[in-house]
Amino acid sequence: MSLRHTPLHELHLELGARMVEFAGYAMPVQYPPGIIREHLHTRSRASLFDVSHMGQVRVCGPGAASALERLVPGDIVALAPGRQRYTFLTGEAGGVLDDLMVANTGPELLLVVNASRKQADLAHLRAALEPALRVEVIEERALLALQGPEAAAVMRRVCAGAAALPFMSNVAASLDGVACFISRSGYTGEDGFEISVPAADAVRVAGRLLGEPGVAPAGLGARDSLRLEAGLCLYGHELDASTSPIEAGLAWTIPRVRRAGGERAGGFPGAPRILRELRDGPVRRLVGLRPEGRAPIREGEDLYDAQGEAAGRVTSGGFGPTLDSPVALAYVAGALAGAGGSLHAVVRGKPRPCAIVSLPFVAHRYFKRA
Amino acid sequence: MSQPGETRYTQEHEWMRMDSAGVGVVGITHFAQEQLGDIVFIELPEVGRVVNQGEDVAVIESVKAAADCKAPASGTVLEVNPLLKDQPGKVNEDPRGQGWFFKLKLAEPAQFAALMDEAAYEASIAK
Repeated sequence: MSLRHTPLHELHLELGARMVEFAGYAMPVQYPPGIIREHLHTRSRASLFDVSHMGQVRVCGPGAASALERLVPGDIVALAPGRQRYTFLTGEAGGVLDDLMVANTGPELLLVVNASRKQADLAHLRAALEPALRVEVIEERALLALQGPEAAAVMRRVCAGAAALPFMSNVAASLDGVACFISRSGYTGEDGFEISVPAADAVRVAGRLLGEPGVAPAGLGARDSLRLEAGLCLYGHELDASTSPIEAGLAWTIPRVRRAGGERAGGFPGAPRILRELRDGPVRRLVGLRPEGRAPIREGEDLYDAQGEAAGRVTSGGFGPTLDSPVALAYVAGALAGAGGSLHAVVRGKPRPCAIVSLPFVAHRYFKRA
Repeated sequence: MSQPGETRYTQEHEWMRMDSAGVGVVGITHFAQEQLGDIVFIELPEVGRVVNQGEDVAVIESVKAAADCKAPASGTVLEVNPLLKDQPGKVNEDPRGQGWFFKLKLAEPAQFAALMDEAAYEASIAK
C-alpha cells in the first residue's frame, strides 16, 4: 500500500527531511540538524511541525455538544465558543478509544484525533451521532504546530489576531491572507499554536512561518521526545482500550459536573469503572522514571521492585535532550507509584535502577495571561 | 595481504582499519550513524574480551533506538575509545575518526581481507 502524503510533502523533501511511515503517512522524523537539536530549538526558540496526518473532524447539528458528551467524560455542553478541551472517547470497559481535542468554533465542534485512530473514531462517532448530526472528516486542510517560547512573538508578526489567544482557545484568523483556524495548544509542553490551514495554502503558510526569525522545522522524532519530557500521553503507548484515563493520571480532564454527584454525572461509556477509580484510586498508575546512567530504557521493558517482584512496565522510553538524560513513562502497581520510590529494569542482563519521579519531567510553559 | 591504513567494511555497517600489524580499529560507518540519528550512549566491550567474528560487541543507543555493533573479525579487544563515554555524539560528527569504538587484535588476519572494500560497501548501501 502506498503511503499518503501531507500537503507539505515536497517541502519536507526540499528541507532534507528523513521520511518514515507513520499511521499510513510518509512523515518527516527529522531534518538535517537531527532530533536533539530540533528538540532543544523548540525549547529555546520555536519549531514548526507538520501534523497534517492527524484527523480533523467536524461535528455539527442541533444538540451536538450534549450528544458528544455521551461519548466522552469531559464537559462539552459548557464549552464556550472559541474554547477547546482535551478529552477521550471511552469504551464500555472504561478504557480510552482515543484521546482528542474538542474545539467549539461557534457553528460546530471541531475534533482533532490521532492519525492511527481516525477511521475507528469516525465509525464510532457516526454510529453514535448520525443521522441526527453530521460527522465529516476535513480532508482538505493541513495542520501545522508552531511550538516554543518564541511562538507568540512569531504569531504577533504574522497573525496578530491569534497572538493574544488564551491557552486552549481558538479563533478563525487570516495568516498571510489565508483563512486559518488557529488554537493556542500543542503537544510539547511549550507555549504554541496549532494552525489548521487549507491544503492548497499549506506550503505558503509553512514557508511564511519558516521565514520568520527563530523558527526552524522539527520532525516527529523531536515531537515524541518533547511530549515525553512534558509527560504527555501518546495513544497506543500510555493509552489504549484497556487503560482508563484515571490510570493515565488524566482525572483532571473530568470535571465535577461529570463525576458522581455532578449535574451530568456519568453517562459516557465505561463510566462505572472510571467513576469507581476516581473514588477508590486505580490499581496501577502512570509514573515518570529517571533511569540511572545515559542509556534509555525502552518501551516494553518490565520493571521490578527491590524484592525482584514484577512491578510494572515501560510504555514510552527515550532520551530527554533538555535533561540530557534518559526518561521513561511506565505503569506501576498503585502502592509503588509514589514519587521518591525506586524500581529497576533488567536490560541486557543487567539491573538498571530507575527513580520514580513526579510528572512532567520538564515543567510546562503554557501561556498564562498576566 | 592487507596494507596498514587500509579500511574494510561489513554488511552490518562497521568499518575496520588496519592500524599496525594485526591490529584493527573498529567503528561504524557514516551511513550507520546517519540511520541511527543522534547517539546518546555507547556500551563498549571490556578490554581483554575475546570475541568471535559477527558477535555483538557494543551497543549503540540513539534517541530513536538501540542497535548492536558486531565484531568485524575474531580477536581480542585491546583498547576502547575513552572519548565516547562522555561524548557519544562524536560518532555522529566523525564516525571514521574521533568516533572509533575499539581496537581489536585479530586472531585470524585473513578475515580482514575477506571483508568488503570501500567500493563494494558503497555499492551495497546504494541499493
